[in-house]
Amino acid sequence: MGEPLKMMTPGDREILIERRFDAPREFVWRALVEPSLVRRWLLGPPGWSMPMCEIDLRVGGKMRFEWAHDDGRSMGLTSVIREIAPNERLVATEMFDEDWTGGETLVTQSLHDADGGTTLRTRILYASQAARDGAKMSGMTDGMEAGYRHLDGLLAELAA
Amino acid sequence: MAAAALKLDETFAALADPTRRAILKRLAAGEASVSELAEPFAMSQPAISKHLKVLERAGLISTGQDAQRRPRRLEPAALMVANDWLLEFRTLWQGRFEALDAVLDELKSTRDPAGE
Repeated sequence: MGEPLKMMTPGDREILIERRFDAPREFVWRALVEPSLVRRWLLGPPGWSMPMCEIDLRVGGKMRFEWAHDDGRSMGLTSVIREIAPNERLVATEMFDEDWTGGETLVTQSLHDADGGTTLRTRILYASQAARDGAKMSGMTDGMEAGYRHLDGLLAELAA
Repeated sequence: MAAAALKLDETFAALADPTRRAILKRLAAGEASVSELAEPFAMSQPAISKHLKVLERAGLISTGQDAQRRPRRLEPAALMVANDWLLEFRTLWQGRFEALDAVLDELKSTRDPAGE
């Protein structure tokens, strides 16, 4: 099951995702910056893997992620690291090869102590409001089943 | 995709207001006139009408045929587009974070109990 995920849209161009993990900040940090760990979770629905994961962990360094699906689809992402504060904060500009996101996004991942665990806060800042609203999250979610379509669910989501 | 994306802008802006969300909830139960909608909100009819205009522009509601009552009704399609978008995003990240839970569990279990 896992802990609940909180999604918010605090500004026109951004999305904020919050999730608590039952692990110390150092471990969550490692899972964000060590390629052998990143490639195990930063995936999509079943069928996707990450054959290429390179992280040059320094300011100005590049991260390169390449995903592949069993059915032959693939996608790639290049990031440039803007800020590193180990166990606290990682800031990078991201650009998908296919530019799903309508321009570069600025992604800030910050770690916060939370009840003996860690809250990971991911803030994605899009190039524009239209880019955020129009962005396909990635080609990965094509064909993902929409499990429910309830008005109350949506309204609660937006009110969160 | 471009047309749907544009509309999504307006849909999210329209949904950002609590009064407008309450109006939509009310309309989910059935169509209603402006005065019927104004009643529970302790708001003037012109104030409610402003909200209704925003909702109508976003494609979230429409105005019915009856010229006298001009009932407003919910148009679920725009809401569905917004819902699908949110759900797609949420589902992707939920899956990723569950995989991350497993990675972290493994890190915890392999940590040298003596503290390196």
